[in-house]
Amino acid sequence: MEIWRWVFIGFLFLADFAVKIQPFKLGRSQPTERISGSAGDVLEDDPVGRLKVFVYELPRKYNKKILQKDPRCLNHMFAAEIYMHRFLLSSPVRTLNPEEADWFYTPVYTTCDLTANGLPLPFKSPRMMRSAIQLISSNWPYWNRTEGADHFFLVPHDFGACFHYQEEKAIERGILPLLQRATLVQTFGQRNHVCLKEGSITIPPYAPPQKMQTHLIPEKTPRSIFVYFRGLFYDVGNDPEGGYYARGARAAVWENFKDNPLFDISTEHPTTYYEDMQRAVFCLCPLGWAPWSPRLVEAVIFGCIPVIIADDIVLPFADAIPWEEIGVFVDEKDVPNLDTILTSIPPEVILRKQRLLANPSMKQAMLFPQPAQPGDAFHQVLNGLARKLPHDKGVYLKPDERVLNWTAGPVGDLKPW
Amino acid sequence: MKLSALQQSYINRRSYSFRSSGPLDSSSDTAIKSPSAIFWLIFHGLCCLISLLLGYRFSRLVFFFLFSTNFYASPFRPTADLVRTLDVHSVLSNNPVANLHLPLINKTLTNSRVVVGRHGIRIRPWPHPDPVEVMKAHRIIEIVQKEQRSQFGVKDPRTVIVVTPTYVRTFQALHLTGVMHSLMLVPHDLVWIVVEAGGVSNETASVIAKSGLKTIHVGFNQRMPNSWDKRYKLESKMRVRALRIIREKKLDGIVMFADDSNMHSMELFDEIQNVKWFAAVSVGILVNSVNTDQMVDHKAEEENPRMPVQGPACNASNMLAGWHVFNTLPYAGKSAVHIDDRATVLPRKLEWSGFVLNSRMLWKDGGDRPKWIRDIDTLEGDIESPLGLVNDPSMVEPLGSCGRQVLLWWLRVEARVDSKFPPRWVIDPPLEITVPSKRTPWPDAPPELHANEKPEMGIQEPIEKHSTKRTSGSKRRSKRKHGTRTDTQVLTRHSEQN
Repeated sequence: MEIWRWVFIGFLFLADFAVKIQPFKLGRSQPTERISGSAGDVLEDDPVGRLKVFVYELPRKYNKKILQKDPRCLNHMFAAEIYMHRFLLSSPVRTLNPEEADWFYTPVYTTCDLTANGLPLPFKSPRMMRSAIQLISSNWPYWNRTEGADHFFLVPHDFGACFHYQEEKAIERGILPLLQRATLVQTFGQRNHVCLKEGSITIPPYAPPQKMQTHLIPEKTPRSIFVYFRGLFYDVGNDPEGGYYARGARAAVWENFKDNPLFDISTEHPTTYYEDMQRAVFCLCPLGWAPWSPRLVEAVIFGCIPVIIADDIVLPFADAIPWEEIGVFVDEKDVPNLDTILTSIPPEVILRKQRLLANPSMKQAMLFPQPAQPGDAFHQVLNGLARKLPHDKGVYLKPDERVLNWTAGPVGDLKPW
Repeated sequence: MKLSALQQSYINRRSYSFRSSGPLDSSSDTAIKSPSAIFWLIFHGLCCLISLLLGYRFSRLVFFFLFSTNFYASPFRPTADLVRTLDVHSVLSNNPVANLHLPLINKTLTNSRVVVGRHGIRIRPWPHPDPVEVMKAHRIIEIVQKEQRSQFGVKDPRTVIVVTPTYVRTFQALHLTGVMHSLMLVPHDLVWIVVEAGGVSNETASVIAKSGLKTIHVGFNQRMPNSWDKRYKLESKMRVRALRIIREKKLDGIVMFADDSNMHSMELFDEIQNVKWFAAVSVGILVNSVNTDQMVDHKAEEENPRMPVQGPACNASNMLAGWHVFNTLPYAGKSAVHIDDRATVLPRKLEWSGFVLNSRMLWKDGGDRPKWIRDIDTLEGDIESPLGLVNDPSMVEPLGSCGRQVLLWWLRVEARVDSKFPPRWVIDPPLEITVPSKRTPWPDAPPELHANEKPEMGIQEPIEKHSTKRTSGSKRRSKRKHGTRTDTQVLTRHSEQN
């Protein structure tokens, strides 16, 4: 399998090189350029017909009741789990016959337990997930058949299935043991991290599509801001000295560039935030307490080149979208030289990045529109699942084989929900 | 944004979890009231008091030294409460923890180069903008904007030919510089035809030479008269003269009329590229109100609550249906007749500046020219507005989303006819006479210091002199003197200290 993948990539590289010359000539007059990632030109693939998904019918207390208790879950950045459920219920890839399904989906809203301020508390999520898995394993035979290897779950919280907002605690917990074999669809992605499993699909955080549409300005408005950022540099409540929050990267940005006229950075919350992004050439997307943020989605929608300052981050749909060609990656240790790095990018490269960002399929792939449209993030998730098919032989276990340890994990997780 | 609200509540949550002692429990849902918990509480309180006395938070240091061996042993802690610092100075200077070099323990289960824990904040030795970088960034922005224009802006822009009648007077530099700077910003090719009443003069030439634009400076051998009526007529003649120049030189492009006291928006220059033969845009009329305190636009007046706009009027199907024309009735009998009258200056029914022509319609061999445009040579006498050049006014194209967008503003404000100004606005040599101003809070400077500061004082003088000539209200005058008096006072103090 490995060798074929390399041959495929090598072939793509050659083809891309041959094709590269044309876009450069035509690129001068064309406003956009095709996007092809490491898996090929897959952004516009149609998943219908390539896979079948069976949606488990869980009792209302796992999904609908939670949503009823707190409808704010529909608007925060973790809302992808709810919209994915709704999309799958009415999608043509759904099948009501579980025997012919390739993938099984469990609709459990683990990030919908919100505080008064709207932040999700992950303390009950492991128990909720565990309870859901116990339910599906006792009512249907499909979980035990593979111990979850052909099941997928949406875990859009800060550190995915580690179910904690604090990185140290999340690493300590690790991924929920029952999800060891399942495919995780999550927003968190960092290479060589405990909370990113091999074979996970990274998705963008939820950003409200209608709200962004209403703030679009005419495209001929000239981009006059060089670098734009709005957000915290120091989290004074939790980390007043700095150095812990964002691994000191955001504080370094502030200290080095607060008086630089090219950097329009501050902690204000302007009402023209979206409009300003459309007038900027570069938008900073540094890490916070977790490496991902909705800023990336906003930058892509508004055509502002994202400057990603997060070591080893894995960006959404990394096999379908060649992020290296679209964004600028800066190591956290190079933050003091950020201005030199950005001004030394050749102008043709900048123009090419803008052309790639202007590609409508790129913008569509970052959104979760209601109702779903072709090429959007829902379809990219399905494409990613389809690319993992067919399941290899190791997925199906012998009748007596047991791999998962149902009693692993902290004692608190084993309590019923 | 939502993120702030999220962060705020993170504060509430996270501080709780931080306060709970690190190594013991991972899920901090319940509080155990046992002797060990009470002991830790007291110990924590003691540490807080000591931190208060010492001035920094040293509890982490203590924990590290006391419990570091435990951390190595426990297998479930790949990266636990580590304090890792780098060799750079951190923001808060009274934090000695940052300056300590602690050994880096990286017993990670996974091979990650990213470590959880406290990092130093990297600041380079001179964290200020570098002018070379700033220039490079501006070049990048220019290239990006050029690309934007070529993609979303006007395709195949035509040369803009700007016709400006002017004459030498006090306010000429003010008005002409404004128009000049607007024209310098236009991204398309430009030819500027300046027709000057009273012949070509060095004053005008020196102003327009600073523009760097392609200019044609022509003199008109009549002097500008003193009444507004006659001035408008002469200006029309000067503009027709410019049109004849365009015809002789066979200039190709779009002709627009920029009076030197008008204000133009940049969108205007993009919008006029849409003209086919003869088009009209809406002009906002800023009329000076009768009590000449400030230039108040009519939004403040109750009888005419909206700003009057001159230009094409369209019907529902976006076809030209008529013209919006300035209503002169409210000003009947009260309008200014002479240039320095303290009364409202009125525009004519339709201003020249609201019209845009295709220069090809002026050419002699008008093969392309449609029938409804007259040849400029067939004009007997003067025309009051460019509509005199068309036989059929209904064929005029309305621009600016059918006249709904106001893209330029008309305003006429001039100084008194007998007002003087230094030639080319350069004071050389410095003036020596001081004119004391009334009503300042500072006493006059003692006479013996005057000899030392004559050069500095000299620069302030002409401003004072000019304020006597201004036709504006007294408020402005005293404010000005206030300002200059402060400057001179500061200068005297400096020289005293020296």
